[in-house]
Amino acid sequence: MNFGAQGLTVRFGRRLALSDVDLELPPGEVRVVVGGDGAGKTTLLEVLAGARTASAGEVRRPSAERIGYLPATSGVYPDLSVAENLAFRAAAYRMPRAVFAERRAALLGAGGLLGHEGRLGGELSGGMRQKLGVIGAMLAQPDLLVLDEPTTGVDPASRRDLWRLIAHAAADGAAVVVATTYLDEAERAVELVLLEAGRVLAHGAPEAVRGAMPGLLLDGGAAPPAAELERAWRRGARWRLWRPGAAKVELEGWREVAPDLEDAVTVALLARETAEGVAQ
Amino acid sequence: MTQVLSSCKDLGRRFGDLVAVDVVSLEVRAGEVVGLLGANGAGKTTLIRMLLGLLPPSSGEVLLFGAPPSRAGRRRIGYLPQGLGLYDDLTAAENLRFARAVYHARRPALAQVLQHEPQLLLLDEPTSGVDPLQRARLWQAVRGAAEAGAGALITTHHMEEAESCDRLIVLARGRVVAEGSLADILGGRLALVVEVEDWPRALALLEAHGLEPALVGRALRLAEGDRREVAKALGDLPYRLRESPVTLEERFVSLASAP
Repeated sequence: MNFGAQGLTVRFGRRLALSDVDLELPPGEVRVVVGGDGAGKTTLLEVLAGARTASAGEVRRPSAERIGYLPATSGVYPDLSVAENLAFRAAAYRMPRAVFAERRAALLGAGGLLGHEGRLGGELSGGMRQKLGVIGAMLAQPDLLVLDEPTTGVDPASRRDLWRLIAHAAADGAAVVVATTYLDEAERAVELVLLEAGRVLAHGAPEAVRGAMPGLLLDGGAAPPAAELERAWRRGARWRLWRPGAAKVELEGWREVAPDLEDAVTVALLARETAEGVAQ
Repeated sequence: MTQVLSSCKDLGRRFGDLVAVDVVSLEVRAGEVVGLLGANGAGKTTLIRMLLGLLPPSSGEVLLFGAPPSRAGRRRIGYLPQGLGLYDDLTAAENLRFARAVYHARRPALAQVLQHEPQLLLLDEPTSGVDPLQRARLWQAVRGAAEAGAGALITTHHMEEAESCDRLIVLARGRVVAEGSLADILGGRLALVVEVEDWPRALALLEAHGLEPALVGRALRLAEGDRREVAKALGDLPYRLRESPVTLEERFVSLASAP
């Protein structure tokens, strides 16, 4: 049975932080949870990592020592060096000395941190600190690796290193779940979950999420009629317009286009907003 | 010729021994949206502060609306500084100090920045942590301003967003290493996609050969590398190979890490 969650609900007082979330986390695969700030990504990952209790629903996870978890606050001690940060982790996980030495060398190499062992955690740049955090979470070869926004604010070169580390964890057989605000990272997942206000707006393989977009997507060179402006947005110098109905209504200068993931996610958010507007 | 709003020529800035900006020349014209891409520490924020006239250059020349930067010139600018999220060129301790110093000074929203109808927008990572719908709305505002004749210079780590700019400038090691439209920067390059059942083993074999594949779904992508190298690395492991246009992110990483 895969790790994951079913019907997961978390309440903070009267506020629903997560509502009826399902997620499957098969071994050796990377799943991405995508959404803006406040969508519920952190709460979901906290529950998966065992750092928070759900109000309702079922969570399947390995025992605590088989979970690697990078919280959003970066799991790095600022007053310990890179080497000390990892040694501390290894001690907590009771890793045999030889295994630790081998894992440490391999992971520091893959993350581009070799030669920086003596630097203090607090002196690292954001990208290096995130890499150290991910290495720490992966160190004991967990069965479940939970990474909360490891790449936010990190530049593309460090992001490449971080994704190399993530690939290594999956190659070693871990079930991996990564939260991100970057859609190009969601494209790299076997499956993604789009969260908004604690609810799953879309889930599945990136191609499936694109394909499941309701209605029609139009591309045009000028602003749409005012009545449709609230369903329009910009892609570069062009305009995109979403029409919820499937009926083709001709609009001069506009043509139907296939959505990419960015379009599909924008439509999912727009559809939710429109539905709420109607409900109010 | 469209009006040049902001420009610099052979601009450089040193901090002691550190060369933050080596030599940069650029222009932002009325009506265009220019994306400034660079790894953290490439000098983007230092460059923007010099374009604003908030930081004196060590060498070179800056013009703002055709004159040396002044308070009057800055009043015609909409400037959105980097948010409190993460300053990657700072260390954690510096970040903490910075966050404490500006804790009460909230970052202005783009709407506030646009309120006085500025002629030039300088937006330093305007969409960090923002969902795609909010991002689309922000771009609508930026595009609207550009169509009304303003120019914009935007830094971002979102590649989808960089692709939405009219023109891109790629900064690495304090220099412009590429410039032009998205198509110019990509130059028709192709990445190799290795489709293979046993991807963990393929990953190990490719890496043992000094290649740096990225995992995408269950396939492996190589931004650089030729078929022969892949064949040599994978030996008799069964696999399929196809080509796919290189992404801006892949091209950017190659440009930023070239010696």
